[in-house]
Amino acid sequence: MSGDGLLVAVESPVHRIPAQVKLVALFIFVLAVVSTPAAVFWAFGGYAVMLLAALVTAKLPAPVVSRRLAVETPFLVFALLLPFVATGPQVSVFGLQLSQSGVLGAWNVLAKGTLGVIAAILLSATTAPRELLAGLERLRLPATLVAILSFMVRYLSVVSDDLHRMRVARESRGYLGGRAGQLKAVAGGVGVLFVRSFERGERIHLAMQSRAYTGRMPQLSTHGASQSQWLVGLAIPLAAILIAIAARVVGL
Amino acid sequence: MFAYPDGRQALFGVDFTVERGERVALLGPNGAGKTTLVLHLNGILGSVAGGTGSGRVQIGGTGLHREHLGEIRRKVGLVFQDPDDQLFMPTVRDDVAFGPANLGLRASELDDRVHEALVQVGMQDHADLAPHHLSFGQRRRVAVATVLAMRPEVLVLDEPSSNLDPAARRELADILAGLDVTLLMITHDLPYALQLCERSLLMNGGRIVADGKTRDLLADADLMSANRLELPYAFNPLSVPGPEH
Repeated sequence: MSGDGLLVAVESPVHRIPAQVKLVALFIFVLAVVSTPAAVFWAFGGYAVMLLAALVTAKLPAPVVSRRLAVETPFLVFALLLPFVATGPQVSVFGLQLSQSGVLGAWNVLAKGTLGVIAAILLSATTAPRELLAGLERLRLPATLVAILSFMVRYLSVVSDDLHRMRVARESRGYLGGRAGQLKAVAGGVGVLFVRSFERGERIHLAMQSRAYTGRMPQLSTHGASQSQWLVGLAIPLAAILIAIAARVVGL
Repeated sequence: MFAYPDGRQALFGVDFTVERGERVALLGPNGAGKTTLVLHLNGILGSVAGGTGSGRVQIGGTGLHREHLGEIRRKVGLVFQDPDDQLFMPTVRDDVAFGPANLGLRASELDDRVHEALVQVGMQDHADLAPHHLSFGQRRRVAVATVLAMRPEVLVLDEPSSNLDPAARRELADILAGLDVTLLMITHDLPYALQLCERSLLMNGGRIVADGKTRDLLADADLMSANRLELPYAFNPLSVPGPEH
């Protein structure tokens, strides 16, 4: 099933873990990472080793993971600026005068951000969009929110196709706006797109009513996760919590 | 009688009866009121839905009233023109299960119903795909399955052959011809109407202006031109086989 969201379709133990377990695992892991003091470097090493092991178990190709890491770029830029703009005691690195707290702050953003993004990549690359929705539903996310997310997943491609067709129609009639011009045209087109999508929404509602919809979406998930699946899935986040606690204790 | 909220009246007295098992084509130019009419058949529009309009709809002995709305919507299956409007769930399986799940089916009973409907349209191997990964013809077939899964007594299709390539158009005709339901089909594709439906209703300006054998209607050149209908180039309705053969 190629091109199903961000899913990398291979068979692996990580893929088989139910989505709700992975969602909880991601949440706990990120909490543990964020609460670790930045100066306890070995703790971040521990997190990285565990994540790497999970990536290898999930059989995710390294190029895919590194490509998706690109979403982190804006934070990276911010992190690299920190040592230059922060105040306080200075240190000299390769002849550059850098703020000591700025360097630590940059490391803090960089390490925690990267670990969090990699963990999120792990989740999205091993879970199909539908499974994610079923997992959220399992975790008692309100049905209306699940339905909204589900429609978003379904109609994102339809709406982006609409947008693409509008651009082709514009350019076919000789519109040469360059990058800024395209952006301007898209901004103007958003209104049209909204009206189109709204009308589609009304037609979808009719179609739902025709199939006996009475205001409650049917459940997506059919069965829960077993105890052993929870245990396997939460192994890494639980270890991360231990590391975080140890880091706190050592750091004090 | 029915008028849209903006005051535009779309239907002016439409009377017809379709027998059980009959296949009827609903013909007419754009804006004739065909889609408006079929949206009345399961109470989406009209006084039952809280709108304007008057008249009576009866499906298999059940009158269309507010208290029977659920039953009527199970009995009348509507397949919309754009499959992207009809398929709104993350996977084909979820979508086909939507109707029967609303009817209260669960677990293995639901799975069986979904499988049965997908087999009827030959899409059982695509159950776990997302709708946007299917071809247009496949999506149209899944749209038919979503309705078949509710085991309707009347299948209503809005322009089933539109935007299909010739092979997909023929495949859909084979599927529709093999179904054991009452069929009402809106179409501009007149050869398709002749191929599948023995009887046709011709609508124009919110009224039914003709009701008879599809072949007779299509062969009536005056009636056709008076209602903005035209046969494809060199198509002779008197010399091709119809559903009666």
